Amino acid sequence: MTKAYTSIKEITGPLMIVEGVKKVGYGELAKVLLSSGEKRLGQVLEISEDKAILQLFEGSFGVDTKHTKVSFTGEIMKIGLSEEMLGRIFDGIGRPIDNNPVIIPDKRMDVNGLAINPYKREYPAEFIQTGISTIDLMNTLVRGQKLPIFSGAGLPHNRLAAQIARQAKVLGKKESFAVVFAAMGITNEEAMFFKDEFEKTGSFEKTVMFLNLANNPAIERIITPRIALTTAEYLAYEKDMHVLVILTDMTNYCEALREVAAARSEVPGRRGYPGYMYTDLASIYERAGRIKGKKGSITQMPIISMPDDDITHPIADLTGYITEGQFVLSRDLHRKGIYPAVDVLPSLSRLMKHGIGHGKTREDHQMVSDQLYSAYANGRDARDLVAVVGEESLGETDKLYLEFADKFENTFVNQGHDEDRSIAQTLEIAWKLLSELPKAELKRIKEEIINKYHPGDRRAK
Amino acid sequence: MGIISRISGPVIEARGMKGAKMFELVRAGTEKLIGEIIQLREDNAIIQVYEDTNGLQPGEIVVSTGAPLQIDLGPGLLNNIYDGVGRPLEAIAKKSGSFISKGIDVPGLDKRRKFKFNPAVKKGDKVKAGDIIGTVKETGIIEHRIVVPGTISGKIIKINRGNFTVEETIAVVKTRNGEERIRMHQKWAVRRPRPIRTRLPPSVPLVTGQRVFDTFFPIAKGGTAAIPGPFGAGKTVAQQNLAKWSDADIIVYVGCGERGNEMTEVLNEFPSLLDPKTGKPLMERTVIVANTSNMPVAAREASVYTGVTIAEYFRDMGYSVALMADSTSRWAEAMREISSRLEEMPGEEGYPAYLSSRLAQFYERAGRVKTLGNKEGAVSIVGAVSPPGGDFSEPVTQNTLRITKAFWALDASLAYRRHFPSVNWLTSYSLYLENTVDYFNTKVSPEFTRLRKEAMVLLQKESELKEIVQLIGPDALGEDDKLMLDTAKSLREDFLQQSAYDDVDSYCSLEKQYLMLKLIMSIHKLEEEKLGKGLKTSSLQKLKFKERIARMKFSREIRKEVKDITLLAEKELEQGVREGLI
Repeated sequence: MTKAYTSIKEITGPLMIVEGVKKVGYGELAKVLLSSGEKRLGQVLEISEDKAILQLFEGSFGVDTKHTKVSFTGEIMKIGLSEEMLGRIFDGIGRPIDNNPVIIPDKRMDVNGLAINPYKREYPAEFIQTGISTIDLMNTLVRGQKLPIFSGAGLPHNRLAAQIARQAKVLGKKESFAVVFAAMGITNEEAMFFKDEFEKTGSFEKTVMFLNLANNPAIERIITPRIALTTAEYLAYEKDMHVLVILTDMTNYCEALREVAAARSEVPGRRGYPGYMYTDLASIYERAGRIKGKKGSITQMPIISMPDDDITHPIADLTGYITEGQFVLSRDLHRKGIYPAVDVLPSLSRLMKHGIGHGKTREDHQMVSDQLYSAYANGRDARDLVAVVGEESLGETDKLYLEFADKFENTFVNQGHDEDRSIAQTLEIAWKLLSELPKAELKRIKEEIINKYHPGDRRAK
Repeated sequence: MGIISRISGPVIEARGMKGAKMFELVRAGTEKLIGEIIQLREDNAIIQVYEDTNGLQPGEIVVSTGAPLQIDLGPGLLNNIYDGVGRPLEAIAKKSGSFISKGIDVPGLDKRRKFKFNPAVKKGDKVKAGDIIGTVKETGIIEHRIVVPGTISGKIIKINRGNFTVEETIAVVKTRNGEERIRMHQKWAVRRPRPIRTRLPPSVPLVTGQRVFDTFFPIAKGGTAAIPGPFGAGKTVAQQNLAKWSDADIIVYVGCGERGNEMTEVLNEFPSLLDPKTGKPLMERTVIVANTSNMPVAAREASVYTGVTIAEYFRDMGYSVALMADSTSRWAEAMREISSRLEEMPGEEGYPAYLSSRLAQFYERAGRVKTLGNKEGAVSIVGAVSPPGGDFSEPVTQNTLRITKAFWALDASLAYRRHFPSVNWLTSYSLYLENTVDYFNTKVSPEFTRLRKEAMVLLQKESELKEIVQLIGPDALGEDDKLMLDTAKSLREDFLQQSAYDDVDSYCSLEKQYLMLKLIMSIHKLEEEKLGKGLKTSSLQKLKFKERIARMKFSREIRKEVKDITLLAEKELEQGVREGLI
């Protein structure tokens, strides 16, 4: 029988201070019984010999200092896991909310996970074809990568994430896959959009959803991604599945982190976010990857809605420093009606080089991508110039680039919500665009590659 | 021995610790987590713990070890990967599998492996600390030289030859205080710089094989450089290229708070890459220290010291060592995190007030030196800096700039257009240009410095001209200005841009750099000349030799290629003027 304490000294925001506690560990899970009979969960944030500071996941509303009872579970937070979780919906701390029976766990795992030993990591190098040109050709996703979508309010990041989840495949392979979806503070409508998408395509049976919605307790969000990733680790490393984890929206997660930090009156870092936010985010994002000797993998796609579309905002900034690249959505492109509104220039996939090329996609992949980047950047420069001095005063080449930029956006970037382009189709479109530039401008592509793939040359032969 | 009284993340407090020393290593709790004392108050000690403290309870015991944080030094370091406190990750993997669990105690060096020891001194020889008494062929590239450790000095009364483990005695020295046994293994406290005889001025460039660094912003052996840049600007790729191609004897690569996959990439790639000098795998001269971003934050603070101690150890053998620290910002943030848990008064942006002195102390451990054993060795440090939002005015960048002598500013806008390495040529600088002039003049060419200056002037001029274009359009420029823009573009695209992934272009020798630069600049002269005779800049792009220049970086025979291009250019330009075609 664990001891229940009623010695609550202080409650501030989501924090509660309990006195006189004995034998309680750092990070331990606590159960809080309110006078109303309601049960809540908490976690030890700081512990000294006679005092524990708890963070209450479901907030402190209605908690009193006289009747409320706190008992400690003697262990850090764990989650019971089983393959039965596929096709089910849970709340932000892992309790079923789909009116189906509780899960009988096959294994219980610590939600914080452990760091993967870099020595045991397998380098991600398997090309995932998403069917989206801007991603496949220019910011290739590979299995085991963590690649976030940097978006803004009102941009179609959900649609893009759903399309990726739907179309993603490793060419020439049929393997068991799963999607783990963690919602943090998004609206019910957005969550239902994903659920419908998964159901429509028949992948719901392969999906585990954890929903902490906008009207759910904010502090609970701190645990949601960890529960989702623990589930993903179980499916990937114990059940050999290739798991795609979608975390949306990490901005809400960071807000919750800030709320706790503020309640503890910690010294704030940039824009009030705690100084350890980098480490904290890393403990989530670094849980993507592949492990030597294990069949499964975890690919992560966090969604970040950048406040004021500002890529230097601490949330986007710290994320970018940890993840292996980013897809950046652009409001300008979106306004022009281009879907998916991926702005390729600030987008990046760091693991691309090992997943593409001869034997994986095609030998010209990297060079074509580099050339598109540089040509589009030139086109955008020309566009800026036109805004100031008018199109007439542009040089011959600049005019070509200007035209290129428009065509690039309309035919290459732009594609349908259900359009699933193969990498060969994407390369075809790219070459067609590039062939409208003078060959001397194609400096990023080696001569023999131009001779082999340039549409003009091919026709000549 | 003390009792834990408070736990807050990686910082714990213990009472009953009277007599413990500052920076002493302790083992905390039943799981024996490694920690270090960072503050003493009466009989309370504040300890930063290098491992995850989840589950630790007040009331558990803390045991002092009596020694500060030390790492094992000796044969077996190379070709290895360590965590932030010097534990080999391979040995950890053997004990705990794919994930790193807590409280693991593994020796820094394999105690069973035997190394063939060849003595370099004989019985009766007098030796003192820092002298080399023998060697071990540790890898195909590196001969591990065994130096007399600590303060031992005296006469050799016994010296062995043959196969030994690092713990067995290889020599006995008779000192004034009795006999001292020497083993191949020694320990060193990471926070203390290893002693040297004197410092030497850094005057030899560390050749990196990267055109933008070697030609425009060189770093000297024993020098320091900072690479700041926002995410995605290519800091890590630049660091990895330096680790691959720079002509140091030993590379120490510290992954400090960065991605796990990047460490794996180094581990995967380096064994298959060959050293341009020796033809042997690069991994054989490399030591990796990895504290990835999800590994405990306190060990991150220690990792750069662990790295630089290993670097100094090899320096003391008379080697030139290059240390890459990626990223020092994560190290500074680790300091900030610990500091805020200690509730210290914060300085700028929450960083502790001692940020600048800690940074300075770290970079000061670089240098070209005469070792105690009278050999010449060097430690060069290249530190990546990750400024939040790419804003260089933040404290870590600014404090680093005050210390380091070469500044390689990475630029997001260059990275966006895939101009790599994305070093901004206008804001970067190197204070080693003057020290290394002699080297370039004698080893490369007497005109190298002049060419570099002329090219830099062109690039400067380009940015001014571009401003004019932005205001009034390109038509307003005269023909000579347009030519200048054309050559500057060639410098940017054909010289400064370098592909890290191309077999040929990833490494560019100093000779090739010189020839390429010379070609671009002499063609510029030639075109200038022809401009007076009626050449139009608008038609330059159509000439064949321009394309050849764009591709010369991929050429394996640059001497011949440069000659051919020069001839072709002379012919094409001459013909153009004569026929009135252009």
